[in-house]
Amino acid sequence: MSAYRRGLRVGATSLALAALLLNAACGGTTRDNSTDDPGAGNQASGAANPDAAIKAGLKIAFLPKALNNPYFTVSDNGGKDAVTEFKGEFKEVGPSEASASSQVSYINTLSQQGMDVIVTSANDPNAICGALNQAKAAGAKIVTFDSDTKPECRQIFVNQVTAEGIAENQVKLISQQIGGEGEIAILSATANATNQNAWIALMKTELTKPEYSKIKLVTVAYGNDDDQKSFQETQGLLQSYPNLKGIISPTTVGVAAAGRYLSGSQYKGKVKLTGLGTPNQMRQYVKDGTVDAFALWSPADLGYLAAYAGAALASGQITGAEGDKFKAGKLGEFTVGKDGVVILGPPTVFDKNNIDQFQF
Amino acid sequence: MSLTDAGAPERTAGNAPTDPGRQRRSRTERLLAVRELSLLIALGLLVLVTTLRNDRFLSGQSIKDLLLGCAILVILAVGQTLVIVTRNVDLSVGSILGLVAFATGSLFLSAPGTPWPVALVVGVALGALCGAVNGALIAVARVPALVITLGTLYAFRGVDYYWASGRQINAADMPPSFLRLGNQTVLGVPVLFVVALVVVAVVGFYLRSYRSGRELYAIGSEPAAARLSGIPVGRRVFAVFVASGALAGLAGVLYAARFGTLDAAAGTGLELQVVAAAVVGGVAIFGGSGSAYGAALGAVLLTTIGSSLAVLRIDPFWQQAVVGALILAAIGLDRLLALRVAARLRGRSAHGA
Amino acid sequence: MAHDSLYAAPTTAEAEPGAGRLAGLRGLVGSWDAVIVAALVVVVLVASLTVENFASGRNAQFLLLDLMPLALIALPMTLIVITGEIDLSVASMVGLCSTLMGQLWLSSGLSLELICVLVVLLGAVLGAVNGLFVTGFGLPSLAVTIGTLALYRGMSFVVLGDQAVADFPADWTAAVVRAIPGTSIPVVVVPLLLLAVVFGVVLHATAAGRALYAMGNNDQAATFTGVSVARTKFWLFVVSGAVCGLVGIFWTLRYASARGDNATGLELTVVTAVLLGGVSIFGGRGALLGVVAGVLLLGVLRNALQLADVDANALTIVTGSLLIASVVLPNAVADVRARLHRRRQRHAVAS
Repeated sequence: MSAYRRGLRVGATSLALAALLLNAACGGTTRDNSTDDPGAGNQASGAANPDAAIKAGLKIAFLPKALNNPYFTVSDNGGKDAVTEFKGEFKEVGPSEASASSQVSYINTLSQQGMDVIVTSANDPNAICGALNQAKAAGAKIVTFDSDTKPECRQIFVNQVTAEGIAENQVKLISQQIGGEGEIAILSATANATNQNAWIALMKTELTKPEYSKIKLVTVAYGNDDDQKSFQETQGLLQSYPNLKGIISPTTVGVAAAGRYLSGSQYKGKVKLTGLGTPNQMRQYVKDGTVDAFALWSPADLGYLAAYAGAALASGQITGAEGDKFKAGKLGEFTVGKDGVVILGPPTVFDKNNIDQFQF
Repeated sequence: MSLTDAGAPERTAGNAPTDPGRQRRSRTERLLAVRELSLLIALGLLVLVTTLRNDRFLSGQSIKDLLLGCAILVILAVGQTLVIVTRNVDLSVGSILGLVAFATGSLFLSAPGTPWPVALVVGVALGALCGAVNGALIAVARVPALVITLGTLYAFRGVDYYWASGRQINAADMPPSFLRLGNQTVLGVPVLFVVALVVVAVVGFYLRSYRSGRELYAIGSEPAAARLSGIPVGRRVFAVFVASGALAGLAGVLYAARFGTLDAAAGTGLELQVVAAAVVGGVAIFGGSGSAYGAALGAVLLTTIGSSLAVLRIDPFWQQAVVGALILAAIGLDRLLALRVAARLRGRSAHGA
Repeated sequence: MAHDSLYAAPTTAEAEPGAGRLAGLRGLVGSWDAVIVAALVVVVLVASLTVENFASGRNAQFLLLDLMPLALIALPMTLIVITGEIDLSVASMVGLCSTLMGQLWLSSGLSLELICVLVVLLGAVLGAVNGLFVTGFGLPSLAVTIGTLALYRGMSFVVLGDQAVADFPADWTAAVVRAIPGTSIPVVVVPLLLLAVVFGVVLHATAAGRALYAMGNNDQAATFTGVSVARTKFWLFVVSGAVCGLVGIFWTLRYASARGDNATGLELTVVTAVLLGGVSIFGGRGALLGVVAGVLLLGVLRNALQLADVDANALTIVTGSLLIASVVLPNAVADVRARLHRRRQRHAVAS
């Protein structure tokens, strides 16, 4: 009898498995996806038609690095505002922890759901490429923002600011604060963060300019975008380099942690700190005199622009080719640059005079 | 060398002596003292080496940073000691800490005038509630705490994520008096560290000198024997989980005060460090032995390693590997010591016979 | 102690001489995999009918590819848990194998075929280290593998730092996601099925397999039957490591990216799937079939909820609750049954 029951169980499991496989097998013909294409994008792959109106009812999904990252909450809300303006359907999905593999699974789900536009910030420039290409083949338009993938895996990358712009801005800020001479250090995020490394390389070039000849960059430390790690690294920097005059931390996590360390230490006000941070996180340290000035773009505008770029792609206004122009609501007109990159604009500098006007 | 000699796959000797005979107890205590002493020596060596490389490592500021940095881990490790001693484990402490930290921030956000002692009480109570959920599930299911707390590790964190839904609470949202708690010093010693010291002293004293404290060791050594000798095992284990949850709650409130910036990911992955601190501190993972003082020292050692790696400018990627190697070394050492003791006891009773 | 699992339940049933209760428990657990299979069928049916886009070839392909690492690691994990041990270092071994593969590809100049063989061997060595600590030094596997979880993950960061190696040849990366011609079943499902059959046969149809259950129930009794407990367990850990090596290769090629944080946290999902599949954490009970059903249930549920736009945060709660439910429910039901049984007996005596 028990053998019979076991047979039944084996049968049922194999049946369930077979059903799944059968699903897969039957799906073979649909793989070219000629039938379930929502038809939103295909004509756009021809020539751009700058006068095309933005289609109503576009399905736009935002896939941030992780759902629980406040920075992305702000930028995704910017995207939501834009989508509401042009009467599309907005959706935000994502993994609860930043990992490339779970992003892949979400991209697959989104392409399965027939999204017109997927707006994403990549946890890994390569790992999500395959999935994005499949989604593209299924008819979705791909826009990346904040962190790019390889250029061939997306149509548009909305960059917050040019790398040169960041480097120039950061070096200028620290130079003003330390009086144009002394040792400085950089507290970065992770050692392989593409954008961080590009900025650091350009900062080094910037420092070779004659007006910065008295400033010496002593080291680059990595806080892994982890609050405690960044805190400890700041502490380590100050102990290792007694003559340190200033720290640049071009990452929101790093600069907040460094600010917290300095504000509670004997170095407060003596060692200068600047970087890229959000006004909400830094307000306290600006007010208590730890930080003179720091910079950032508006994450909400970044999401807003990315949503418009996606809509323009899906409506056929642009194809992602260099020189294409499109209008992004309240932000005005933007031009697509080389490799499909759209630049949001120069960063905003925050200090004690203007910080209270910003809430993000 | 002797590791291989001791390699016989016998597990029974791994249990610390269960007989509450005075002689053995003092032996256990001596063993523990040896452990704590060796931890202190390791700590001293580490500080010495780091200081030789960079004399700022022993500056007042640096010591203050160290004490501040280890306080939260010390509290969690002491809570974990209570649990591990009874041959259980609580993997959900990181999630409880995150949940309570966010709850504390939300409390200040929704009721800005709340005095901080109220927040402290609310936080500890919320932590105790989470611990009670763990304890109740373990009592109902009669399955290893490992499985239940693995489940609540997900569940509590999920609740935290769901609640926060990507929001962040900033230092500006919390009253300055509360934030000062996180950075203030009394005679140069951070308040946080003083709190941690009090917790260590209370729990250490309880485990050593109270009847119910000693009973926890009996439960961990041999649950069946403990039950037969009339110890209310179920109730004690439940209480231990409530205590561990409450301490995680306390750590959560202090976390909020210290870091000021809170999102739902606070304390993610902390459980591993906590267990590591306890194990490195000589709390036997199979229950029945270990002290709060040892666990606290373990926590201090782990924090110091983190800081000195940063000061020595060693690739920070080594840190996690070092923690792993330390755990292995610590349990290996414990095993070795236990076998030695067992062998000596056997030898003695053979002579006696 | 009757079993080798470290964390005996605080109030285990063993202490009470309730033979009837134990039998009831066993009967219930015996039918647990039937419950899981039924749940799987129900979830697949409901999802096909109610969740848009679920019942499609493309989706099944995505689902099966996402399941691969979990399913592969669950096989040796089942055997290990049945013997009363546990291996929490699996995800870290996958990560380390992945970064080693990347580093070898980056700097050794060896052919990728050779690298794959080396990586599986390296995985086996990592598993052997676990096995040595557990069986050679007689340390609890839980503590050892928590240690190696940290150690291996740390080493995988040391190997590649935070760099990622991504320039694997396109035909290799395409091969792992390729479908069997004419269908959308990924080719990699075939080796998975083969491995599952091998593990199933070993566990359920050989003397060695029965010995694993004996070990889970009582180490010493198993020793008396002439099986070397230590040697068997050692090899189980080695196999677990080797399978993690395989998964490391699959992971690296599927995502075309070797990086230190690959597969972080996967161990929790694997343990969840195994327990959900009806394997007792105390050892000595469980069947591979139930585990396969458990893996599928977990995968289908996640996929369907994701397609139905359920928040990722809710998914975290679902995973945790499933794990708790899968251990609490059987015991709670057994408890009720035993109580009813006793009452009936008392009635019988009274009358």
